[in-house]
Amino acid sequence: MFFRKKYPPFWEEYLSHFKNDSKKTFSEIRFVILDTETTGLNIKHDKILSIGAIAVKNESINVADSFECFVKQAIFDKNTVEIHGIRKYDSQKIAEEKAIQDFLKFIKNAVLVGHHINFDIEMLNNSLSKMGVPKLKNILLDTGNLHKKTLLDTTDHHFSLDELIKMYKITPHDRHNALGDAMITAQLFLKITKKLSKNNTLSIAYLKRPAKHIGLI
Amino acid sequence: MNTISYRIKDFLKEHHPFSFLHADEQLEIAKNCSIKYVEENESIFDIEKPLLNHFFLVKDGAVGLYNQQNQLLEKCDEGDIFGLRAIIRNDTYKLSAKALEECILYTFPSEIYDEILSKNNDVVQFIIRNFASTNYLNVNAFENQKAIITEEKLTINFSKNPVTCKKETSIKDAAQLMTDKKVGSILIEEHNFPIGIITDKDFRTKIATGKIDILLSVEKIMSSPVICVSDKISIAEAQIVMLKNKITHLCITKSGMKNEEILGVLSEHDIILIRENNPSVLIKQIKRSLTIDELKKIRIQSFDLLKKYLFQDLDIDFINKIISEITHTLTARIIDLAIEQLQEKPPVPFSWLSLGSQGRKEQLLLTDQDNAIIFRDSKDNEKNRDYFLKLAKIVTTQLHEIGYEYCPANMMASNKEWCLSTQEWKEKYANWISKPVPENILFCTIFFDIETIYGDEKLEVDVTHSIYQNISKNTIFLNFLALNSTQNPPPLGFFRQFLLEASGAQKEQFDIKARAMMPLVDAARLLSIHQKIDVKNTIERFAALILKEPQNEEIYTQCLNAYKTLLKFRTKYGLQNNNSGRYIDLNSLNKSEKLTLKECFKAVKEIQSLIINRFQLANFM
Repeated sequence: MFFRKKYPPFWEEYLSHFKNDSKKTFSEIRFVILDTETTGLNIKHDKILSIGAIAVKNESINVADSFECFVKQAIFDKNTVEIHGIRKYDSQKIAEEKAIQDFLKFIKNAVLVGHHINFDIEMLNNSLSKMGVPKLKNILLDTGNLHKKTLLDTTDHHFSLDELIKMYKITPHDRHNALGDAMITAQLFLKITKKLSKNNTLSIAYLKRPAKHIGLI
Repeated sequence: MNTISYRIKDFLKEHHPFSFLHADEQLEIAKNCSIKYVEENESIFDIEKPLLNHFFLVKDGAVGLYNQQNQLLEKCDEGDIFGLRAIIRNDTYKLSAKALEECILYTFPSEIYDEILSKNNDVVQFIIRNFASTNYLNVNAFENQKAIITEEKLTINFSKNPVTCKKETSIKDAAQLMTDKKVGSILIEEHNFPIGIITDKDFRTKIATGKIDILLSVEKIMSSPVICVSDKISIAEAQIVMLKNKITHLCITKSGMKNEEILGVLSEHDIILIRENNPSVLIKQIKRSLTIDELKKIRIQSFDLLKKYLFQDLDIDFINKIISEITHTLTARIIDLAIEQLQEKPPVPFSWLSLGSQGRKEQLLLTDQDNAIIFRDSKDNEKNRDYFLKLAKIVTTQLHEIGYEYCPANMMASNKEWCLSTQEWKEKYANWISKPVPENILFCTIFFDIETIYGDEKLEVDVTHSIYQNISKNTIFLNFLALNSTQNPPPLGFFRQFLLEASGAQKEQFDIKARAMMPLVDAARLLSIHQKIDVKNTIERFAALILKEPQNEEIYTQCLNAYKTLLKFRTKYGLQNNNSGRYIDLNSLNKSEKLTLKECFKAVKEIQSLIINRFQLANFM
């Protein structure tokens, strides 16, 4: 009863980063902007093809602190190759378990940021549960929600990444490559937080709060 | 290694000084890159503030470097490095950096300089050259342009390779050398320093008089010491030195000392030649010319004058006026000569018109001739037209001979379409204005900008007066003219890329005339007609608009400056490439030129949205 379930070492190591997680100022926080490429949009049946992630700290995107991996597939759907350009037998591919472990090692206790991040997180959590470990513990931020907080747009519209790229004038290099999309999302994150910082003191609590609740609390 | 580092490396390899590095080194730098986003007007670093531990490369946008007085000293555009000077000196910042527009910046840790950049000689040379060329003092160079008009510098016009000999040379050999080289003086040098000079006059006074044997050495007759001046002095100063010393030749050395290397020789004759190539002399010569050959020669001289003025960076408005005046006088002289040739005086008063860019006095380079004739109505209109067509035939042929191409659309006074009586012209304008189909609008854009070159200006005034009457009767005409003037949007794409010509012979090039200059010309014409401002020159039109609409001063000033910049740009480019300068190869431009162009396009964009609002074109289409 009193014994906590014993988890594999990679998970224990991941958890260890959350101990003594002291309060940091906004510029000290390490954000990891991530994107996954998947075989489709069905969380139950589709698989992760690749993960791309890049860190932002002190208002800078840090290229040295980035992550990219391609996952070996048991089932291969040639229809999606056209979109993401990941072929069946790419030499750099690694097994899914290894990919997830490497990814945890990379993110540590960073605040995770993504565009409509819940989908990516559910995909990752699915893989984690197959490996017999709980869900990700990181704080999550969604650039879709952050954009709404800028009050540039008061409609209930869900903006696609392409729409926001256009709105924020970001050059769309390497679109539909996980790290490429993560990079674009990172630029979006910098631009949005810069806007938000004008009228607010940025804190995680503030960024996490859904856009709609502003003024109601 | 991942996608992002390769993407950054691809950017680095396109830009100096990273381009000098090996691919592995570029990749190593890319891996250590951080990416920053700054908003317009956001400060990046400040004067006298301690060093950041990184330097910057502009990925997108533009950054301004400012001095203590908050003067903008330097603009960094895509691919430019800044913030490195302080790192190399390991000192505080001497300038402050602020984003001129929103930017994506790559930042690199200062170790990158120590460990990679400083180890490559090409890179270091590039950085040093770059620092030198963006010397803070350069800024004021533009301010002094007016002064140069009166005090022209010597710079290009003295003989750079003077004939010299040693002091042991015999007088006879020296004379032979001077004869062979067809010069009037010879310098005697020792270790390339000037120790004496012999001029034609010495042969007359010392040799021909029989006083000295021609087999003796030149030392016996040379004048010494040689009067030297610096290559920086003005023509006027050089003349004073000659007068004071009663000499006709000066030796040029770097700082005007005689124990320096010889740079060249300036003779009184050189000064006369420099003086000759000035506008008032040229105009006098035109008026005295009797043949087309003489006029052709003067036309070529005026071209040299244009080059000289551009080289001296004089105000384009000033250059414009002078060159237009010369073209004007040249044409008028040709008409004079043609009338003499016909041996028959014009039967009625007439006016010879220049059209389009010549009518606006904006034609610096040789382009096509566009001209027309108005003659006074009488009962003999058809007979008179025959006379003027004959006259026009001679004039256009001779203009062609001295270098002005025939108009490909045959818009010339020798075409009976454009050789009309006052009444016929008025009907033509009335027809165009009442039926604003695209073809007629095109005629309006050409025939609204007319100037009398020769003859009775009252005819032109009479005809143009009818334009305003017709417009007030057909108010919708101005909306069509407005629509036409906004047909060419500014040539910048969404991501600040230049829009290039997609097809044809000029593929991949940029049409500066159609895409940047014509929109401004059209806008100025439209707005000044709307405000009943009767000037033709685009720069003057914008200046007049500023007075009429002080609330729009900022935007009109932008347009005025943009037009000046573009005109100068096109003229320089045309001279360099020996063509009309219309199509520009983007790869041949440097960063600051590209940035300047982009700034001009902003003005185009602003004036077009003003027009769209004023003439309610959104509803009109």
